[in-house]
Amino acid sequence: MSEEISLMKGNEAIAHAAIRYGVDGYFGYPITPQSEIIETLMEEAPWKTTGMVVLQAESEVAAINMVYGGAACGKYSMTTSSSPGISLKQEGISYMAGAELPCLIVNVQRGGPGLGTIQPSQADYFQTVKGGGHGDYKLITLAPNSVQEMADFVALGFELAFKYRNPAMILTDGVIGQMMEKVKLPEFRRRRTNEEVRAQCPWATLGKIPGREPNIITSLELDSALMEKNNERFQAKYRVLEEKEVLYEETQCDDADYLLVAFGSAARICLKTIEMAREEGIKVGLLRPITLWPFPTKVLNRYADKVKGMLTVELNAGQMVEDVRLAVEGKIPVKHYGRLGGIVPTPDNVLDALKEKCFHR
Amino acid sequence: MNPSDIVSPENLVYRKPELMNDNHMHYCPGCSHGVVHKVIAEVIKELGLQEKCIGVAPVGCAVFAYKYLDIDWQEAAHGRAPALATAIKRLLPDRMVFTYQGDGDLAAIGTAETIHAANRGENIAIIFINNAIYGMTGGQMAPTTLSKMVTSTSPDGRDVQTMGGPLKILDMLALLDGVCLATRVSVHTAAAVKKTRRMVKLAFENAMAGKGTSIVEVVSTCNAGWKMTPAAANDWMVENMFPVYPIGDLKNI
Repeated sequence: MSEEISLMKGNEAIAHAAIRYGVDGYFGYPITPQSEIIETLMEEAPWKTTGMVVLQAESEVAAINMVYGGAACGKYSMTTSSSPGISLKQEGISYMAGAELPCLIVNVQRGGPGLGTIQPSQADYFQTVKGGGHGDYKLITLAPNSVQEMADFVALGFELAFKYRNPAMILTDGVIGQMMEKVKLPEFRRRRTNEEVRAQCPWATLGKIPGREPNIITSLELDSALMEKNNERFQAKYRVLEEKEVLYEETQCDDADYLLVAFGSAARICLKTIEMAREEGIKVGLLRPITLWPFPTKVLNRYADKVKGMLTVELNAGQMVEDVRLAVEGKIPVKHYGRLGGIVPTPDNVLDALKEKCFHR
Repeated sequence: MNPSDIVSPENLVYRKPELMNDNHMHYCPGCSHGVVHKVIAEVIKELGLQEKCIGVAPVGCAVFAYKYLDIDWQEAAHGRAPALATAIKRLLPDRMVFTYQGDGDLAAIGTAETIHAANRGENIAIIFINNAIYGMTGGQMAPTTLSKMVTSTSPDGRDVQTMGGPLKILDMLALLDGVCLATRVSVHTAAAVKKTRRMVKLAFENAMAGKGTSIVEVVSTCNAGWKMTPAAANDWMVENMFPVYPIGDLKNI
């Protein structure tokens, strides 16, 4: 059988991948530039085929809390939105981190702050990897750089979320969400039965069966001594994630004198910049973090012993650059180049910035 | 000698519902919550729904409702219980899903979630405790606080000109096509408790029959927040709450 290749937008790929993965419930609220996700789901009507529930909520706040309700039943539950809507979801994300609930959230970022613009941006990096909501928690964060990865990371996000009982986010942007590319969608999997959910998630609230204690999903613990224990458990889990689940991609890093560090759409632009730089005899490589949390700290630290400098390229005013600087521990200069407010730099812009900031040409 | 040795089964007039566990309740003496919990436990048992029941607890005095009834529970963020319940019922259509919410949770911060869950006609039961005050945080003004009623955030009495009047959210909910039952009850007398049990049972039956959203508003006392004895609080409720929140069905189809 020949491989089934489709041409579609990143947003559409998310919707198709969710149906095929066997997602149980999608809860969303329209916002540009990601409304194609809920529109595709409504068009596909998976409740008639896989039994997947698709519901347009009254707000992003309601949508994330529906995800909480579904996740607490052990169901594959997800929501998608864009920056202003993701801000509204922060309460729910914090509660889910506190109640250790697995789910998938997609942020197709647009320029901010405030209502901002509908054009692409990566300015929600801090919000995503540093907290966003209240309390000491971490969000598993995946940054796709292609329509293919938009499709693939639905499965990866749910797998990590359920493995660690923690919310996961696909942090993407208007470029990846709106652009059309070839994609090979994953195979159809059937949705799990309630018995399979019970076996996979013994903590889930599916109704108390005789012989077990009631399952209670809560983030509340008024006894500080116990709440500290809860927090220590979360932190221990986060350390395991940092040890085991870091993903990144290296492009022409072996002989590089300089390293570009970029994720998502910015990393796509940097691929062209590398080509152009090498034509000029400048040995440049690209390190692309795929997981923004856990962050590829160790590999960046190792490269700091080999390269002369690093330049982070981001569609923001300099956010990931702080984590790169922490990673290299001052061994080499780390500069930042970014465009703001929905402007996407060209490969030329990046090359010029590299020359100017890294070796003052 | 153990009391159980003295009391013979034929003389037993009351026993704690099977679904209520032995955890010490945190509610103040005289509070309506304990009675309503008991009613819900009895209804779940009577309908044989223990294995199918998923409760959603609010933020407010009933935040720990999950500690007292031996069923599966989810604890919601403030006001969001109907959103959780929506997803649970949609994903597990054969389960009995109910929320238990106070007036601040349901009628202030959770107004949108309440109205829209009801408007979609989610097949859930909403048990709404209206005691016209925020009990858990220490007696602040609620959306349902009566005109001129003194609370810690309306020390000169609720001024409806600047603070709005008591919100009759049940009247609003009764207007929605998705709602099949909107009823007001109380638990201040034995007869009232019996009536409440009937209406909670009907709400649960409606949810299981897929008839839409049922809301049972329990007009309640908060003697601690009102700074009265339990008996005086009951009298005050009848005299002052009932005229604003009349007992009875607004909708029952």
